[in-house]
Amino acid sequence: MRRSMLFIPGNTPNLLINGAYLGADALIFDLEDAVSPDEKDSARNLVRNTLKYMDLRGCEAIVRINSIDTDYWKKDLDQIMTQKPDLIMLPKTGCARDVLTADAYMTQVEQRLGYEPNTVRLMPLIETALGVENAFEIASASKRVAAIFLGAEDLTADLRCKRTKGGAEICYARSRMVVAARAADVDVYDTPFTDVNDDEGIRVDAEYAKSLGFTGKASISPRHVGVINEVFSPSQKDIDYAYEVMDAIRLAHEQGRGAIALHGKMIDAPIVARAQQTIAMAEEMGVGKAVQHE
Amino acid sequence: MEIIKKASAGTLESSDVYVEIEPGSRGIQLTLDSVVEQQFGQSIRALVQEVLAELGVTDANISIADRGALDCVIRARVETAVMRGKGE
Amino acid sequence: MNNKVVSSLREAIELSGLKSGMTVSFHHHLRNGDFVLNMVMAEIAQMGIRDLTVNASSLFDIHAPLLQHIENHVVTRLQTDYMSGTIGKAISRGIMDNPVEFRTHGGRPSDIELGRTPIDVAFIAAPAADDMGNCSGKYGKSACGSLGYAYPDAANAKKVVVITDNLVPYPLPDWSIPETYVDYVVTVDAIGDPNGIVSGTTKITRDPVGLVMADLAAQVIRHSGLLKDGFSFQTGAGGASLAAAKYLKDIMLRENIHGSFGCGGITGYMVDMLNEGCFESLMDVQCFDLKAVESIRTNPRHQEISASHYASPSARSAVVNSLDVVILGATEVDTDFNVNVHTDSNGYIMGGSGGHSDTAAGAKLSMIIAPMYRARLPIVTDRVNCISTPGRDIDVLVTQGGIAVNPKNTELRQRLTDAGLPVVDIHQLKETAERITGTPCRIAHSDRVVANVIYRDGTLLDTIHGVSGK
Repeated sequence: MRRSMLFIPGNTPNLLINGAYLGADALIFDLEDAVSPDEKDSARNLVRNTLKYMDLRGCEAIVRINSIDTDYWKKDLDQIMTQKPDLIMLPKTGCARDVLTADAYMTQVEQRLGYEPNTVRLMPLIETALGVENAFEIASASKRVAAIFLGAEDLTADLRCKRTKGGAEICYARSRMVVAARAADVDVYDTPFTDVNDDEGIRVDAEYAKSLGFTGKASISPRHVGVINEVFSPSQKDIDYAYEVMDAIRLAHEQGRGAIALHGKMIDAPIVARAQQTIAMAEEMGVGKAVQHE
Repeated sequence: MEIIKKASAGTLESSDVYVEIEPGSRGIQLTLDSVVEQQFGQSIRALVQEVLAELGVTDANISIADRGALDCVIRARVETAVMRGKGE
Repeated sequence: MNNKVVSSLREAIELSGLKSGMTVSFHHHLRNGDFVLNMVMAEIAQMGIRDLTVNASSLFDIHAPLLQHIENHVVTRLQTDYMSGTIGKAISRGIMDNPVEFRTHGGRPSDIELGRTPIDVAFIAAPAADDMGNCSGKYGKSACGSLGYAYPDAANAKKVVVITDNLVPYPLPDWSIPETYVDYVVTVDAIGDPNGIVSGTTKITRDPVGLVMADLAAQVIRHSGLLKDGFSFQTGAGGASLAAAKYLKDIMLRENIHGSFGCGGITGYMVDMLNEGCFESLMDVQCFDLKAVESIRTNPRHQEISASHYASPSARSAVVNSLDVVILGATEVDTDFNVNVHTDSNGYIMGGSGGHSDTAAGAKLSMIIAPMYRARLPIVTDRVNCISTPGRDIDVLVTQGGIAVNPKNTELRQRLTDAGLPVVDIHQLKETAERITGTPCRIAHSDRVVANVIYRDGTLLDTIHGVSGK
C-alpha cells in the first residue's frame, strides 16, 4: 500500500532518523535536488547506513538517485542497492532508452550482489515535456518499472508556464500519465503540493489527483501526509460495499448461478477486481467491515 | 590504503556529527567532544575505532564533534571523512 | 500621607526596615527582560545587608548577577519555582551552602499564606502604578499582562515596595493589586526590556516530529471523553504543545464544541481559541506574548487570576481543580510515569515545576508530550534523575512512537484503544527508543544535595544532587 510518499533530504540526519515516524507509507530518500554536488558522497553514505541500521517500521524505502546524465548515478546505485530499497526513483526520465540504461546497470549490480533479477524495482520520475509525451513507452520499457511519478515543478519550467495551486497547467500531463500507467499496468503517483501551510489546498489537490486515477501522492511536508493517506484510503462505505460484492459472489457460486446482481446492478469482473483491491487495502490498514453482511 | 590528506564530513547540527581526519603516524589518535559524553562517550569511541579498522585505517588523527548523532550517522560521517581523506 | 512615592530605591529599602537575615521576594512576570531583581539586589548589597533569603517565583538568565551576591553571602538562601540554565548550572556546581528550595506555582503562594515562608519585603515590578501604589501589568512600555504571581507577595509581605517606570495620576483605573497592600512606590527609568518580557508572537513548531506528537495529542483529547461542551484546557508555550492546541482548536470548531475556560500561562493561540468561540473565558496567571497582553487589557472575558486562585493546594478551591485537560512537557519520564522538569540530561538544574505538578494533580487528564528521544537520549528511563511531578498524577505520555497510558487509568486506555490510536506500554517505548539510540550509561552525581524539591502540599518530594566535574 503506497498512498503517501514523503521526500526526505538525504544529508539531514535529524529528518532521516525520524522519517519512519511521520506517517507516510513510503519515504523517498533524496540524493538529487536536496543534496549539493560536494555532499553527494556524504549523503550516499548516510542514506546507505540509515537503510542498513534504522528500522523503518514498515515504511517502504525509495531512493531518488541522480539522473543518468550526471557522474553520480552509478555510484548511487552501487551503494544504495546493497541495502535493497523497494524502489529507485530515476529523475528526468525522458524516454524508454533512459529506463533501459538504468535497468541494464541495475541488472549488473544485482548480479554482482547475487540478487534475483528485478529485486529492486524502478520508478521513473517524469518531469519533462518529452517524458510526458513518452509516458507509455517509459512505463512499459522494462519489467523493472513498478510505477511512474509525475514531477510538476521541473515540468512546468520545461513547459514555460507557471506552476499554480489550481494546477490547470498540468491537467493534461496528469491525465496522460494516468492513462499511460494503467495501459502499462503500473502504479502512478502524483506530484507534491508545495504550499506547506495550505491545509485546505492539499486536500483539494489530493482529491483531484485521486479522482483522475492516481494511486497515491508524494509530499515534501510531513504536514500533508495525513491528508494524503486519508484521501487515498478507501472509505468505510467503499469497504463495506467491497465485502458485499465478495459475499454476493460467494453466494452465487454456492448456488451455481452465473450472473450476479447486487442492489439491482450487475457485478462484472472489473467490479470484483476493484472490490478485491479495496479489501486488500482495508486489511493492510487494519480496517474491517463495519457491519456483517450475510 | 592510508589517509593521505586532511578531510572532514558532517555538520554541527543537532543529531549530526562533524568528523575531521588527517594523516598520522602514531596509530589512531582520537579526540571526542560529545553532548552525550557521559551516556555514550565510550561506545562512540569504540564505534569510531571499529569503523576505522573496517576501512583499513591504522594511522590517523581524528577529531569528532558529536551533537547527539546515532551510531548509523556517526558511521556514515566517519566513512565519508575517510573516503575523502584517502582521496577516493 | 500625601502619597507613597519615595525619592529612591535606597530610601524605600531603608524605610522598609530590611536587615541582614531577612527575606525579600520578587515575581517573574517580566521574565527574561526583568531589571528589578538585579537593581534591588545591587542596592541591597551596596548597603551592606547580608545573609538574605530571596524568594522569587522564577529566575531567568538575566538574573545571573544574583550569583555574585550568592558568592558574597549577600544571599544565602533561595526559594523559587523555576530557574533557567545559567543560574541552575552554578547551583548544580555547588556555589550555595544551603540547598535551594524549589516549590510549585501553587505551593509557593500556599506556603506564603500559611506563614511557612514569610516575606519581610516584597519588591513588585509594576508596568503601571499610581502614587498610592495601585498597580497593573496591563499598561505601559513594559506591559506584561497578568500580575498573578505578585498577589500573594503583596498581600502577605510585611512591607511592600512597588517599583514602576510608568507612574500615572491617582487613581489608576483597572488596577490589579490595590493600594491597600502597598507601603512605598519608587519610580525608575525602566523596569525591564520589552523584548525579554513577552515574545512578539509565540510560534508553533515546524519540527515534523513535534507536529506528529501534537496531532496524536489532539486525538487523545478528542477520544478521552472530556472534549464536549464545558471543556477546560491548559497548555504550555512549548512548540509541540502549541501545535496540539491548534489541532485541538480545529477539532473543536469542526465539531462545534463550546468549551468553558482556558487557563495558565496564556499565549496568542489560547486567545484565538477564546475569540473563535472555543472557550467562554481565559483564566490568566501569566501572559506569554503581545497578543495575550493585548487581550487581557481589552477583553473582559480574559480574566487575570492570582497564583493562589490558579493553583494553591490550601485555597478553598483553585482553577486547576476544575481543569479537564492539561498538556505538559518533560525532560525525562520514568516507567512509573514520574516526570523530571528540573534537571537536564547531564544532571544540571535548568527548569523547575512551575505549574507542572499543580495542574497534573488538578486536571482530570494530565498529558505529557515528549519525543521518544532528544538527539540521542531516550526520554523514558527506569528512574528519573529528579521527581518533579509524581507519576500518580500523570495519565498519559504522548510520543511519536506511540501513546503510553498510566496503568491506573484503565478507562482512558480502553477509550484510546477503541479509537484505534497507537497505545503502547511505557516499557515498550523505552525499549524501542533504546534500540535506536543505544542504552545510555547513568550520569554521575556528587553526594551533596544542592536543591530540595518541595511538593505543593509542603512535603519533600525529591532532592537534587550536585554535578561534579566540568
